[in-house]
Amino acid sequence: MILRGLRRAALFVLALMIVAAAWEFYKAVGPEKGGEILGVRILPRSSERAMPHTWEMGQRLFDPEVRGQDRPIWLAVLGYSWFTFRMALVGFALGCVFGMSLAVVMARFSVVERGLLPYVVASQTVPLIALAPQVAALGGNWGLPKWMWVAALGAFLAFFPVSVATLKGLSTAPAASLELMDSYAASWWTTLRKLRFPAAVPYIIPGMKLGATAAVIGVIVSEVSTGVRGVGFAALTYAQKATSDPAQVYTAVFGAALLGLSMFGLVVAIELLVMRNRPAEAS
Amino acid sequence: MNKKRRSAFTAGVVALALIAASCGSDDDSSSSTEGATEDTAATEDSTATEDSTATEDSTASTDEMAEDEMAETECESPEPVSLQLQWFTQAQFAGYFAAVDQGFYEEHCLDVTIVEGGVEIVPQTQLANGDVDFALAWVPKALASREAGANITNIAQIFQRSGTLQVSFVDAGITSPEDFAGKTIGNWGFGNEYEVFAGIGQAGLDPATDVSLVGQQFDMVALLEGDIDAAEAMTYNEYAQVLEAENPDTGELYQPSDFNVVNYEEIGVGMLQDGIWASTDRLNDDPEYRDQSVRFVAASMEGWVYCRENVESCRDIVVAAGSTLGASHQLWQMNEVNKLIWPSENGIGFIDQAAWDRTVEVSLNTPNLDGDTVLSVEPDAEAFTNDIVEEAWDLLASMDFDLSGSSYTPIEVTLEPGGE
Repeated sequence: MILRGLRRAALFVLALMIVAAAWEFYKAVGPEKGGEILGVRILPRSSERAMPHTWEMGQRLFDPEVRGQDRPIWLAVLGYSWFTFRMALVGFALGCVFGMSLAVVMARFSVVERGLLPYVVASQTVPLIALAPQVAALGGNWGLPKWMWVAALGAFLAFFPVSVATLKGLSTAPAASLELMDSYAASWWTTLRKLRFPAAVPYIIPGMKLGATAAVIGVIVSEVSTGVRGVGFAALTYAQKATSDPAQVYTAVFGAALLGLSMFGLVVAIELLVMRNRPAEAS
Repeated sequence: MNKKRRSAFTAGVVALALIAASCGSDDDSSSSTEGATEDTAATEDSTATEDSTATEDSTASTDEMAEDEMAETECESPEPVSLQLQWFTQAQFAGYFAAVDQGFYEEHCLDVTIVEGGVEIVPQTQLANGDVDFALAWVPKALASREAGANITNIAQIFQRSGTLQVSFVDAGITSPEDFAGKTIGNWGFGNEYEVFAGIGQAGLDPATDVSLVGQQFDMVALLEGDIDAAEAMTYNEYAQVLEAENPDTGELYQPSDFNVVNYEEIGVGMLQDGIWASTDRLNDDPEYRDQSVRFVAASMEGWVYCRENVESCRDIVVAAGSTLGASHQLWQMNEVNKLIWPSENGIGFIDQAAWDRTVEVSLNTPNLDGDTVLSVEPDAEAFTNDIVEEAWDLLASMDFDLSGSSYTPIEVTLEPGGE
């Protein structure tokens, strides 16, 4: 078990190094001014400004965020990420609760499913940047703190995969088992709790994995458009220095990546927890 | 088996709920810290000398404004008001941060919350929705919102000049909008591009056919990479960004002599920029709000006077308020912003009819690519007022400020690589 963990960690580091090596390789051989293939500009530039060296990005992590202050950038980015992480977590939790509840209602009343599902799908096509200011105005009217409606927008993206996955999962209980429950005269609610929901868990978990990363995206985009000081804010303000200090922009990207990984890891932990007693053939 | 599964799942859900609950309360505390630190800073800074001037001030103004007497002489609890910025904390807004930091608002019995902007935050919309009490906005953008129904009034025009430039490399030979012909011209959108179109129109060019207009990021990468021939830039921000970047040919920073600059103010199409906007209805119907407006404008003016005299201190205040821009960049910005405000020939905040008319004229007569103009009809008389500014001057009369800054001289700022 420990050995497997170590191997995974080593593989992760190796993958990271391969990405860095690929970056440096392209930077070394790629065209400085970008290039065209068959008249279409697709080769990205490899200039210092477009692709700073990976070690410069790494170095930048240890420079102070504002000269004369002690706080290095990695700590600052970590702070921003932590702030965003908490909002994403609230958004994700809200999205899971809402998404699962919605799925249960849709599974129970097929008329609801037929009526509501198109709107659920349509909701995901509304661009978040169009929605964020509206929600901001609503939140302002209700006197809610900013982080709360940023989290709500995270939930807005997170609920969809959870909801769809749960809906699918709830219909996967074997017919024989359902008949058994019927023969016990079990209520619909009992069947849900004892049979349908446990059977749905292997479907819900992948939905949650998608939802977790979607929540992060939702929160970061909402931050950028509404001015909340999380990692999205950091990316935006650091980007103001893109002209003179392109490496710093990437430090915020690292923070956001770390954030996404943490959220994903959280779901994996939940998966291990809820699936540990499952017989192999059931999962 | 079933039971085990269920309990495991319940545990998971409970854990999630707990995490959510705990971070909920954490967020509460962290979101209130910003306001709290500002408060303490303000209290510390209201030293004895300043208190005494405040009292003098109030005695002087009692003659003129009887209704102010209560608020000015005994301020039991500062009245909370909020100000919406156009962007994140930076020296462009230093006067307001200085007024908080130096306790000027508090002396006028105001507890000001400064609300940062964002990409999608439109300050005048926030104001019209009632989310904030005051907002900063460029005049043409705010007038466009006004025409669309936002009931707002310009109560103080802080920036007297436009800070918009079109920056190009010397070898492109672009020294006036006439030279835009056949060139690729970057511009920002979001209502920041009106002066570019006005310059093109003034030069007798057709924006649709004679120039190639492209959207530009809020940085200067496209210019340095050669994607565009001339980039839109603010004197206090993007222009500094190119001067902080290294010139690969020399290994040194780019120098002003490497660039040609078209200054829209100088060529006569400058439009009024940062002004303080307030709700028209509340100004008319709510005497308390109107009174707060006067005090807010007065204390903000004090903040800007302070930043004129204490450029470096204001830079530090902005950094302390949470700006992440580099120190020399921020000092440059402070200095350039001062140049846009000072000297204010009529006195700070005063809305000059000629400049206003020019802004309106350009807004009415400059078609964009689709042939639309910023405004379709002239704004009505309630779009701006100088009454608030004049009453604010009266409040400050006893303090013997130089409100026009006629002897103002900018400082010299040396930009460091990356603006550090």
